[in-house]
Amino acid sequence: MKKLLSFAIGILLLCGALFGCNKLLNQKANDGGNKTLTIYNWGDYIDPQLITKFEHETGYHVDYETFDSNEAMLTKIRQGGTHYDIAVPSEYTIQRMKKEHLLEPIDHRKLPNLKYIDPQFLNLSFDRHNRYSIPYFWGTLGIVYNDQKVSRKDVSHWRQLWSPKLKNNIMMIDSARDAMAVALITQHHSVNTTNAKELREAADKLDQLTPNIKAVIADEMKMYMEQNEAAVGITYSGEASEMISVNSHLHYLVPSEGSNIWFDNMVIPKTAKNKKAAYAFLNFMLDPKNAAQNAEYIGYATPNKAAKKYLPKSVTSNQAFYPPKQTMKHLQVYHDLPLKDIGTYNDLFLEFKMFKK
Amino acid sequence: MKQQKIWFVVPYALWIVLFVVAPLVLILYQSFFNINGQFTFGNYQSYLTSNVYLRMTFNSVWYAFLITLITLLISYPAAYVINRLPNRQFWLLLVILPTWINLLLKTYAFIGLFSQNGSINQFLRFVGLGSHQILFTDASFIFVAAYIEIPFMILPIFNSLAEIDSSLINASRDLGANSWQTFMHVELPLTMPGVKAGVQAVFIPSLSLFMITRLIGGNRVITLGTAIEEHFLTTQNWGMGSTIGVVLIIAMFIVMFATGDRQKKKGGRAK
Repeated sequence: MKKLLSFAIGILLLCGALFGCNKLLNQKANDGGNKTLTIYNWGDYIDPQLITKFEHETGYHVDYETFDSNEAMLTKIRQGGTHYDIAVPSEYTIQRMKKEHLLEPIDHRKLPNLKYIDPQFLNLSFDRHNRYSIPYFWGTLGIVYNDQKVSRKDVSHWRQLWSPKLKNNIMMIDSARDAMAVALITQHHSVNTTNAKELREAADKLDQLTPNIKAVIADEMKMYMEQNEAAVGITYSGEASEMISVNSHLHYLVPSEGSNIWFDNMVIPKTAKNKKAAYAFLNFMLDPKNAAQNAEYIGYATPNKAAKKYLPKSVTSNQAFYPPKQTMKHLQVYHDLPLKDIGTYNDLFLEFKMFKK
Repeated sequence: MKQQKIWFVVPYALWIVLFVVAPLVLILYQSFFNINGQFTFGNYQSYLTSNVYLRMTFNSVWYAFLITLITLLISYPAAYVINRLPNRQFWLLLVILPTWINLLLKTYAFIGLFSQNGSINQFLRFVGLGSHQILFTDASFIFVAAYIEIPFMILPIFNSLAEIDSSLINASRDLGANSWQTFMHVELPLTMPGVKAGVQAVFIPSLSLFMITRLIGGNRVITLGTAIEEHFLTTQNWGMGSTIGVVLIIAMFIVMFATGDRQKKKGGRAK
């Protein structure tokens, strides 16, 4: 009995201490609430000079925190206890956050600078009328190739990746949706299909790609492609632009038959403490000059039409990163699928990884 | 007096309850729920009927076995030799030294050695053998994993060798055994506890290696660790992830049981 009692007291004391700490921390955050803007963004996804400029112009103090995956961000915001005023999720995560009522509707009357955004990036399927989100950057899934090892005409379409010429020479991004998208597009299916037969066929097609696959990796692909380890990499446009800036033999292309297009948009979470500052920041980032400066620093494509004026011609006319209209028409956005279907995609992807050459 | 002594137990008991028992119970608890949060045995059912998961389990065990075997084959002679060297503490320090370096750094160093333009391929080209694909192969994965685990195998074996009373060996030689017989009948049985501890220390972590499978194996080597990571981070199917976790825990208990010290009585008599 005594043992039990000491256990109980110990646990209670521990809980009490933790609760006290929590209270103390929250109080501190509240005190600074009116002058602080807390931003939750991907790592290295804004020009730091812009934050300084924003602080100068508006007098707000910016607290900048980073995450490395949509899922991690979602979990943190969902659990509460955070007070981010701005977050930058990708489109399918915005859909889920909307469903879970984690987002604050955005009042467009407070955003005069919204008019600079290219209309083709507004009112998209994942957030009709941009009720909850404002475009930040966008990009594509595509093919990076090394011109020393393979010529452009051999890798301009997804189906060419299955050619025996590329044996053991392709690096695939370690993501179930993206890998499956490659097979689905090759077979002219939607990248959001939940049809079991189509998915099965795509998985079989993907399994046949294994002889050509050298590795299934994520961030490390940058390093390997820069070191000429493989001829072809399947990755995102932003990653590709970083590789190209290091190794001039690398080139990026988006197959004309279609691919995935993704968006990172700014949102105001329900838990925001300083909405006034959040609107000030949204307007600031929508300003064409600031958007251009940010795009030049990050290297991703900006949805800000007016900002393109301030970017070098070599950037905005680069069809790899700003694909022509014809290709744009064939690009597909990922929808937020039910967890059950995400499970199916991942099981099939796991099966592909397990498939022996 | 007795009252006060109980208080010393509290921090340890709390530690064990909060960080050992509670997580294990939580994993077991989670494994009985599906994505929608309903109680189910479905996770276990789909695990046991899924070709993919069963093969993955087999792969994990097989690779862990290979890694352990190779580590043992290298470590036993190494520990044996080090034990007989004049300044053995110094040599032992050299063995332990690499464990001071972060695991990730060591793995990245191997990428530098193994890649197409890495030192090994440069050497091979220089000798005229041409470049070879070393990264992303089973062999390179097992090599790196074994390299990382070797100190954990050498240490317990070395300790058990160092503990052997030299008079036992002298007695064996006096009684007419040659050095091979002495080794087989005296030294090897006396170092078995060390070998078992080493096997435990290597086999169990090897079962769920997953960072090296990605960096060196390029995800062409898939172990259960990969699946757990995916279920917790991407699919958010914590139930299935926990189920695989439970399988791993069971596998570890089996290894502990198989290599556990069940010969306490015998050991007592030998002394």
